[in-house]
Amino acid sequence: MIPDHDSNAQSTQGASAPPALALRNISKSFGDVRALHNVDLFIRPGTVHALLGENGAGKTTLMRIAFGLATADEGTIHIGQTRLSEADARAHTPANAMSLGLGMVHQHFSLVAAMTVAENIALGNRGRFTPAQVANTVREISERTGLTLDPHAQVGELSVSAQQRCEIVKALARNARVLILDEPTAVLAPDEARALLRWVRAFANEHPDHAVVLITHKLRDALAIADDVTVLRRGELVATGSAQSLTESSLADAMLGPHDRSAQLTEEVVPLIKRHTDSVGAHYVVLQADALTVHDTRGVPRVRQASFTVRSGEVVGLAAVEGSGQAELLRAVAGLLPVHSGRLHRPDDVGFVPEDRHRDALLLDASLTENFALRDAGVRRGRVPWNELAERTNVVLRDRDVRASNASVTVRTLSGGNQQKFVLARALDDAPPALVIENPTRGLDFRATAAVHTALHNARDAGIAVLFYSSDLDEVLTVADRVLVLHNGLLREVPRERDAVGRAMLGVS
Amino acid sequence: MMVPLEDFLAAAVRTATPLAFAALGECVTERSGVINIGLEGSIICGALAATIVAGGVGVTGGFAAGAAAGLIVTLIFALFTVYLRADQIITGTAITLLSLGFTGLVYKAFYGATGVGLTIPTIGAVDIPLLSNIPLLGRALFSQPVVTYALYAIVPIMTWWFWRTHTGLALRAVGESPDAALAAGVRPRLVQLLAVLFGGAFAGIAGATLVLAQSGTFVENMSAGKGFIAIAIVVLGRWTPLGVTGAALLFGGASALQYLFQSLGWSNVPYQLFLALPYVLTLVVLARASGRSAAPAALARRKLTLG
Amino acid sequence: MNRALAPVLAAIARVAVLLAVTLGLLVVLLVTSGYDAGEAMQAMVRGAAGSWYAVTSATLVRAIPLALAGLAVAIAFRAGLLNIGAEGQLLAGAAGAAAVATLAGKTPGAYMLPLVLLAGVVAGGAWAGIASWLRQRFGVLEVISTIMLNFVALNAVGWLVRGPLQEPTRIYPQTEALVPSLQLPVLLSGSRLHLGVVLAVVLAFVMWWWMRATAGGFRLRAVGMNADAAAVSGRINVARVSLFAFLASGALAGLAGAVELTGVTYALYESLSPGYGYTAIAVALLARLHPLGVLGTAVLFGALQAGGNAMQRDAGVPIALVNVVEAVLILLVIAADRLQDVRTRRSITRTDDAAPSLPGNAVSVPS
Repeated sequence: MIPDHDSNAQSTQGASAPPALALRNISKSFGDVRALHNVDLFIRPGTVHALLGENGAGKTTLMRIAFGLATADEGTIHIGQTRLSEADARAHTPANAMSLGLGMVHQHFSLVAAMTVAENIALGNRGRFTPAQVANTVREISERTGLTLDPHAQVGELSVSAQQRCEIVKALARNARVLILDEPTAVLAPDEARALLRWVRAFANEHPDHAVVLITHKLRDALAIADDVTVLRRGELVATGSAQSLTESSLADAMLGPHDRSAQLTEEVVPLIKRHTDSVGAHYVVLQADALTVHDTRGVPRVRQASFTVRSGEVVGLAAVEGSGQAELLRAVAGLLPVHSGRLHRPDDVGFVPEDRHRDALLLDASLTENFALRDAGVRRGRVPWNELAERTNVVLRDRDVRASNASVTVRTLSGGNQQKFVLARALDDAPPALVIENPTRGLDFRATAAVHTALHNARDAGIAVLFYSSDLDEVLTVADRVLVLHNGLLREVPRERDAVGRAMLGVS
Repeated sequence: MMVPLEDFLAAAVRTATPLAFAALGECVTERSGVINIGLEGSIICGALAATIVAGGVGVTGGFAAGAAAGLIVTLIFALFTVYLRADQIITGTAITLLSLGFTGLVYKAFYGATGVGLTIPTIGAVDIPLLSNIPLLGRALFSQPVVTYALYAIVPIMTWWFWRTHTGLALRAVGESPDAALAAGVRPRLVQLLAVLFGGAFAGIAGATLVLAQSGTFVENMSAGKGFIAIAIVVLGRWTPLGVTGAALLFGGASALQYLFQSLGWSNVPYQLFLALPYVLTLVVLARASGRSAAPAALARRKLTLG
Repeated sequence: MNRALAPVLAAIARVAVLLAVTLGLLVVLLVTSGYDAGEAMQAMVRGAAGSWYAVTSATLVRAIPLALAGLAVAIAFRAGLLNIGAEGQLLAGAAGAAAVATLAGKTPGAYMLPLVLLAGVVAGGAWAGIASWLRQRFGVLEVISTIMLNFVALNAVGWLVRGPLQEPTRIYPQTEALVPSLQLPVLLSGSRLHLGVVLAVVLAFVMWWWMRATAGGFRLRAVGMNADAAAVSGRINVARVSLFAFLASGALAGLAGAVELTGVTYALYESLSPGYGYTAIAVALLARLHPLGVLGTAVLFGALQAGGNAMQRDAGVPIALVNVVEAVLILLVIAADRLQDVRTRRSITRTDDAAPSLPGNAVSVPS
């Protein structure tokens, strides 16, 4: 049960204290895809450790293994004083991880929406359940840590940042000493993100046993508060060391690999794309809203009195904290939600790419041709010209660089990046006057992200009016020509500056 | 008027007892996010097992055999739905067909063409002193077989279990969001397996009750849709033990109406319409509640998987 | 290999496997239950296919309602609607047809038979329409509502044949027998095979062509595969497609009831359907919801039922054995499909789309 002290990771840290969490020689494959290969990770107690890497680099998989949500094919896990052998590691469960003082806050929260905060926090314990007692625990933790929560509130009704607090309190209620936070700032406005990072720093400093693993793809977050940094690329450990010893540029090198270094580094390294020159000039108005009010499907007003224009040949980015009404605004523009009041001038043909492609864009078990046919399915009459459509689909696959053997394979067999390229190609196929796109690169790796961004700029250069939303503020700032901010249903245009946009997202002028 | 009404209420409670057992079991199953349409199969197998075993070793053994048979049938269902992730509705339908056929086969093998003799021991009503003398309701509530009394304990215990224990919390969480439950350290598949088996055992007891506390004999297809009725009862009872029991009483009352009408000499009243009432009522209640706000969010969340 | 021939060969292979498994299961069950397998199998084959009469009047006559109701189940399932109410819709159809036949009086004209069938179609569709309305207006799961409606239909028929539609002597709980001009014509003299078989075959081909070749058919399949994507990316009016699928499903099941009434029973009574609507679920699933496959599996199940009756009569084997075989067949098909599915999915899992679901994203019912 005593951790061995001979790991590489340890020697590079030069620390003598036993690790808060250590993973040794972790390998993991999904089918023929190698997700992790011989990865070591060493978390010193009392520190914040940033785990960096592109989407798909294996960060989350590595931490899911530590937390018992996935099993490694090889490797050992140390949590505090406890060493799990390979056999133990295979039988490792979240319950086990929690009992050893590990807590994990997932990128997509794992809360039961229909239950109260107290019930969510008690979930997974044993014996009798006394709501009042749990409520007291919650209040006590709230007071101690400043993470305020109403224990009797229904989780589904909480804001995103309150749900995140609930996740953290849930971990703390089980005496978590080591917190794993997966992309915690992705869903927050800049001010909220700063506050969270401050809290993380304080938590790590508070007690010598505490430690935080911050999974992120943002160098800014990593260098702002981390003591140590580990970088993964394509399932392999490529760099690890103290934050002081690393620079943004060396980290970017590590994350993207020497090959991709040709791309120029801007202040915001990730998503690392070369900023295209600003549009050569916006032309005529394609989308125009005047005092537009939109209700969601339950009749709740989500966008109020919004006015904006999008011209042909420009990319307009929409920035907002999740749940601010952006989904409804985009769907109204796409013609999928009715206009409640006000005026919306839009062409009949607006291409729409929803963020959840598996749910909203694709018939996973149907062929590419059938998926291609889906676009006009609502208006088509009579017979479907399947042969013609198959030919057209093959052309699109070739022209838009979608990697698939032919149009008759099912969409499920494509990688996420190729699925997204296909969805985008389908939306752009007959050059619609306008394109509406929502979180265009969610879950994609660097290359696919760059390809999608290029496609967006090509569409703009072809004279299409592009309106897009991204929950990643950096993506909005890098890709858009102009920026609109939606806060609590109210829309305004903001200069394309990080600070101004960040404040507007929180409703501060 | 008094005597027929008293008879009616007693019959209502008697008819409701097996329904309540099956529905309480299904309530637990559905709370875990699984809908067991194969409940009917567990009931009929429970009835047959109870018939066979009670003839040899007595009533208690009969009930135990009923529960065991119900459990074994649901084990097949659980393997398909919880582990193979097969469609719950289709599997359940197949299990029902299988059980109805299988019991018919076994019944013929055991009793041939002659049928069961009148040799099965049954349990009679036990009068609870004083309470059974309460006018109108006394006989209905306190002059019943022991299984009915067992319900009086099971309902509060189950209520307490759902809302005041961590296993109850885990059960409900799995039905709402298996992912969230997993991340919180609960093992959703295990919870679902146990919940499904629990439901099967209770359905088996329901089947045993049909034979050992009511008819005293086994008849092919004697479950007569009670498994499906139990599913309706769970919905009508809004997935709470007390509500489910109340709904079971309502269904029991509707079936008992025909006895009431017979004893009153109203042979012309179309009692089939009264038999249909509880189903209509279930639909109305469902519609009024605007769908499934009370239903476990992950209920039957298994897409149809076909080529 | 010829590309057009491949699916045909695959279908033939599938039928052969199905048949072999069915016969194998029968023998195993017979032997383990202690019956004389040889004698029983002889009776089974004799009853199902031993003579021209057995094929036409036993097997095919039973296959007709199974095929029509199987098509009903298939079209609903294809649209993603778990309509397990074919039994109730079939009964509603039979009742509607019987009601119109009763109204037609003693000497109905030749035009009345189509009207009687149409009444069955309308009644079945209307019965399914209730479930559709409950789903779209109130979000009631169709699985539950159709089960409820099955029982309501059964009790309603029970009341009708003792009340408004009871035969004039008021002794038997059934309607008066149909006059000959309201009976479906027999196709082959000396057999009981009626015109319904033509209806079933024609409708299966129409449905097959419609689903694969037309825009409406594609819309229905798209909604069944992924209703959200159909609505968001296909701009398909999901509610309308669902309503149509429900009505079409109910209409087909209703027609099955009307055809059974006018072709076989000639009167309405409670036990008119020996669970055709439930067996139809098996028929549709075993055919993988393919309309032409439904014809095949309906004949298989018709033969099993016909042979099962002969087995009971001539070899003393309870008909329940046939039900066991049917159920085991369904379970085997589910297991085979699932195992195959799990295998293919595992081999193509990619790390970059391992996105866990958001909290509380319940299955949404299109409104």
